[in-house]
Amino acid sequence: MKHLKEKIIKMSAKNNEGHIPSALSILDLLWVLYDRVLNIAPEKANNRDRDIFILSKGHASLGLYAVLAEKGFIKPESLDDFGKFNSDLGGHPDRTKISGVEASTGSLGHGLPIAVGAALASKIKKQKNKIYVIVGDGECNEGTIWESALLASHHKLDNLCCIVDYNHSGDRALKLGNLEEKFKAFGFSAASIDGHDQKEIYRTLMKKSLNKPMAIIARTTKGQGCKIMENNPVWHHKSPNREELDMVLKELN
Amino acid sequence: MRKQFVKTIEEILPEDERLVLLLGDIGVFGFSNSLIRFPDRVYNIGILEQSTIGLAAGLAMQGLIPVVHTIAPFATERCFEQIKDDFGYQKLGGNIVSVGASYDYAALGCTHHCPADVGILMNIPDIQIVVPGSSLEFESLFKQSYANGKMTYFRLSERENQINIPVKFGRANIIKKGKSGTVIAVGPLLDKVISATKDLDVTVIYLATIRPFDTETIRKNMAGGKVLICEPYYSGSITGDIAMASKHPLKIDLLGVPKEFLSKYGTVEEHDAYIGFTEREIFNRVKKLIYE
Repeated sequence: MKHLKEKIIKMSAKNNEGHIPSALSILDLLWVLYDRVLNIAPEKANNRDRDIFILSKGHASLGLYAVLAEKGFIKPESLDDFGKFNSDLGGHPDRTKISGVEASTGSLGHGLPIAVGAALASKIKKQKNKIYVIVGDGECNEGTIWESALLASHHKLDNLCCIVDYNHSGDRALKLGNLEEKFKAFGFSAASIDGHDQKEIYRTLMKKSLNKPMAIIARTTKGQGCKIMENNPVWHHKSPNREELDMVLKELN
Repeated sequence: MRKQFVKTIEEILPEDERLVLLLGDIGVFGFSNSLIRFPDRVYNIGILEQSTIGLAAGLAMQGLIPVVHTIAPFATERCFEQIKDDFGYQKLGGNIVSVGASYDYAALGCTHHCPADVGILMNIPDIQIVVPGSSLEFESLFKQSYANGKMTYFRLSERENQINIPVKFGRANIIKKGKSGTVIAVGPLLDKVISATKDLDVTVIYLATIRPFDTETIRKNMAGGKVLICEPYYSGSITGDIAMASKHPLKIDLLGVPKEFLSKYGTVEEHDAYIGFTEREIFNRVKKLIYE
């Protein structure tokens, strides 16, 4: 994971853009999904039966790009251009530019409704693929998260897995309390896990949820693995200068 | 037009397995047969418009063709960002069919009025906007465009023209040719424009598609350097398009819904009379534009 973290931080430092702590927060989740769970590969990025992953909290795009490059969806050298005028890789992911990006997100509360629609479409078309989506806890302030949670359980979308990156970034504005209970009350089967324990992530993602959508509340640390950034709101949308970059890379190594 | 909408969808559902209808808890009685016959493609989805548009985009991502049906302000003003991001920006195709138009629910008050729909949606690049003037025009325009891979907004209204125009999606129709000036009529205002101008030497151009905008036909047929634009939603929504289409400077007059809250109740006819959507007012406006 070290080299992925390094990529994320360098990408951001190079062009002074991106949300590093949010990307680090979901990195273990993304890695387990792309490495062991999702039925998807660069050569079948448009196959109809592929699993679909949607990054609803699109500002964590740095993490997604690092993993997509590692898995061969995008050229590793394209990471150097992150955020530049002609780059395909922006501060939020764009499905029309990047093979492997399923939804163009950015405004919070859009990815889950889209994922619910994709899951319903799979049911209508009798496809066996699964739909995975990562939302942030701050994003759970949005009404559309709870609207679409109602839709997902009403339509028994057991092919949908909603992972909440519970890094508590929203606490300073609006505390959400026990998200596991909330999702259960909305008709999901739900579990709380350590969002940086890859074995536990994998085990939970492999669980079946009959007739119900699944919610995984992943306890995560914003800026995980990078002491100066961990749980420090100053770093939410900030890139390291040369000095800070040296310090951070030293810590990683 | 609502009845025609039901008829058209009932006809397409068995033929096109990609079509999925999402009702925002309205039109449920009208679609009762389809709800039973196609339970996996016709849903009374509930009263959560923003998530419904997002969900529809998810259906479109997987190759289905969603049709979302609810009252105009909830479908457009409430969901503007979902239409912009989830369909427009993502380049996904789908359809929104609204009812209520500018003030069909006259007595329900301003929360249920939506004269802004066309104007605000025009801000979304590549969106398609259809304002049918009759049931048959709706049927024709819907069939021509519902599966063309873009987001299309259909503005249904209670008011419809007696005359049916052979409309082509994205094209204007020339109703008559004259020399002294031009009257542009949009959707359900056509009947009144035709009666008002029957003895006047003006060109009448009819628009049932606002986006894409048929600049070419308007450029070729604009007469007299003077134009009255009659549109059934907020006045001024297409003035820029008309002005840019003209080869010459234009003297322009506008007859549309004024930008104020229509806080009176009553009937559609009373609102029409208040605004000036009457044969007499159109006649007076044209006379004034041309001869004063």
